Amino acid sequence: MKHAITEDLLIKKVKDNFRHDIIETTVYKGEVTHLVDIKSLRAVCNFLKTDPDLRMNFLCDVLGVDYFRETPRFEVVYHFYSIQRKHRIRVKVRVAENEAVPSVTHLWPGADWPEREVYDMFGIVFEGHPNMKRIYLAHDWVGHPLRKDYPLRGYKDRYNPYGEEKPEEI
Amino acid sequence: MDERNPLEESLLFTTLESIADVIRNNPLVKTVKHNAVVGDVVNWGRSSALWPMTFGLACCAIEMIAAGCSRYDTDRLGIVFRPSPRQSDVMVVAGTMTKKIAPAVKKLYDQMPEPRWVIAQGGCASAGGPYNTYAVVQGTDLVVPVDVYIPGCPPRPDALLFGFLQLMEKIKKENPFILEERNISL
Repeated sequence: MKHAITEDLLIKKVKDNFRHDIIETTVYKGEVTHLVDIKSLRAVCNFLKTDPDLRMNFLCDVLGVDYFRETPRFEVVYHFYSIQRKHRIRVKVRVAENEAVPSVTHLWPGADWPEREVYDMFGIVFEGHPNMKRIYLAHDWVGHPLRKDYPLRGYKDRYNPYGEEKPEEI
Repeated sequence: MDERNPLEESLLFTTLESIADVIRNNPLVKTVKHNAVVGDVVNWGRSSALWPMTFGLACCAIEMIAAGCSRYDTDRLGIVFRPSPRQSDVMVVAGTMTKKIAPAVKKLYDQMPEPRWVIAQGGCASAGGPYNTYAVVQGTDLVVPVDVYIPGCPPRPDALLFGFLQLMEKIKKENPFILEERNISL
């Protein structure tokens, strides 16, 4: 019973409000995932946060995925949880290379560090982020290591003699 | 021949130069530094009071802390952990050194006064360990010179103590006046 109600809320209500912006909706083991057009990400996130039935007031994490050799290349995944309603929703956006994603830090201040992590590891820039710089790696680091075309052992330098030779264009 | 004590001025230890005079530039040291007994005494003193710097990088640091606590108790061997590189003789590189922390390790090593030694504790500090990746320095010797390598992942506190004992043996075979002989300033 409860399952049907949440599914009705998480799928139907979101889809009715954003008929043209939600590209795809999948349900796997009771987890709802919406693939959203990047142009309407801000509007969808605002709706998820402010709607009195949904009330997605907790952003669990922001992730990046690199589908190398596909276009658009990247995907950014947002995991939302509602502390009051106790339901979860997942929102994905597809991002092309050199395309900026609108930041959600104005809605969830907790998105600050996860978005910096995604920028650090994948090089996806979040537009409107208050402090868009690296979080894990050194600030003079070149490249984004979780990209599929970044070698696992890194590039050869004075600290890593086993790395690969650096290509000319980097 | 001057009858005055050559140490008279410098024994006041008012300036850094006066301390350096006692260590290096006075005729007493010049006469005794080729004496084997003096060398042994100096080395005995250095090896009996190894003060390591409290500096942990990863899980090896937990074993280093255990070695410093009451069960293994490094204090009984004269190994007293110090909170500052200025007061330390030994740097224990305890754990995985990433490329981000490597400049800080180098800086801390440069801040330690001579004579100084380095112990690489564990597989990561010795040769990168399991992390043959983009972010990890593949061995402490790429950043600072290392005296003793301790294998293990992480090494037990008794292995760390054995590493300290090996370092003590190494110090006892050193020439304690090598800096003075080569005219290397602090």
